[in-house]
Amino acid sequence: MGIQAAAALLQNANFKGFFTGRVSENAAKGVCVPGLNCYSCSGAVGACPMGALQSFLGARPFRIPYYVVGLLVFFGALLGRAVCGFLCPMGWIQELIALVPVPKKNRFRLDKPLRKLKYLVLAATVTLPLFVARTPFFCKYICPSGTAAALFLAAADKTVRSMLGSLFNWKLAVLIALVLLSLFIFRPFCKYLCPLGAVYGCFNRFALYRGSVDENACVRCGKCAAACRMGVDPVKNINSAECIRCGDCAKNCPVKAISLGFTAGKAKQSGSLTPKGGTAAK
Amino acid sequence: MKNRKSSRAAGFVLLAAGAALTAAGLLQGQYASVLAKAIRICMECVGIG
Repeated sequence: MGIQAAAALLQNANFKGFFTGRVSENAAKGVCVPGLNCYSCSGAVGACPMGALQSFLGARPFRIPYYVVGLLVFFGALLGRAVCGFLCPMGWIQELIALVPVPKKNRFRLDKPLRKLKYLVLAATVTLPLFVARTPFFCKYICPSGTAAALFLAAADKTVRSMLGSLFNWKLAVLIALVLLSLFIFRPFCKYLCPLGAVYGCFNRFALYRGSVDENACVRCGKCAAACRMGVDPVKNINSAECIRCGDCAKNCPVKAISLGFTAGKAKQSGSLTPKGGTAAK
Repeated sequence: MKNRKSSRAAGFVLLAAGAALTAAGLLQGQYASVLAKAIRICMECVGIG
């Protein structure tokens, strides 16, 4: 939580902007941050990779977005979804909401199919600005980070407040729905909707920041899987696309068989295990 | 063990590819394009349209 708070603050360190309603114009604004952080937030000091990507895809004449894609590949190859677990302000906010003591339900029938939704959102985010209209569809209709940015801007600027209409109301409804869902489900936006999480999830298998299970030490007690709020079974697939590297599994392992980090499993035999009476995930 | 080594090697290859793509984008002046977009309020992003 401490790292997440620090990352969120660092990415939104233009504190003056929260009072003036003006976005930062510093040179750092041309650098994409790893997490989802709207660049129209008055506090933002960097660019949102999803916003920047859609901006390129919707621009004419079309240019291949080497810079943004390169940064996404770089962050993905280095950290995978550890970005979601540690650096994304949206993830941190959802975890803060999850601290409200109401019964949580992280395992339910629709959970698995809904996980695929974020890949559809990613596909739409990439293809719609290219082939349908020059609009950043994800930012315009879904992104809760942009809605939060609008709330900050509107609080400081009367003109912005007067311009908010039905589109903002729709986005506010999405934000409220996500806040309410976050009370009962851990990180619903990350699990079901975030296209950036979908991108980084694809890198989890290859990322240098990785997880490892010591085959010889593991007693297959299942405590790691029970502790995982993202619904991953680390023994079956510790480098699952859904793992955000939060470390709950390692903390709950009674024999310390799970390690996470850049050097995870280097000195030990590691990888996916076959649980007793089960089959290893591919 | 072999799989772990090859996925780690793939990680390094991807890291280098990411750095190369970023450098290619920088050479094409794409940093300036991102900056130009990011220093203005994006009307769609904040729900104004």
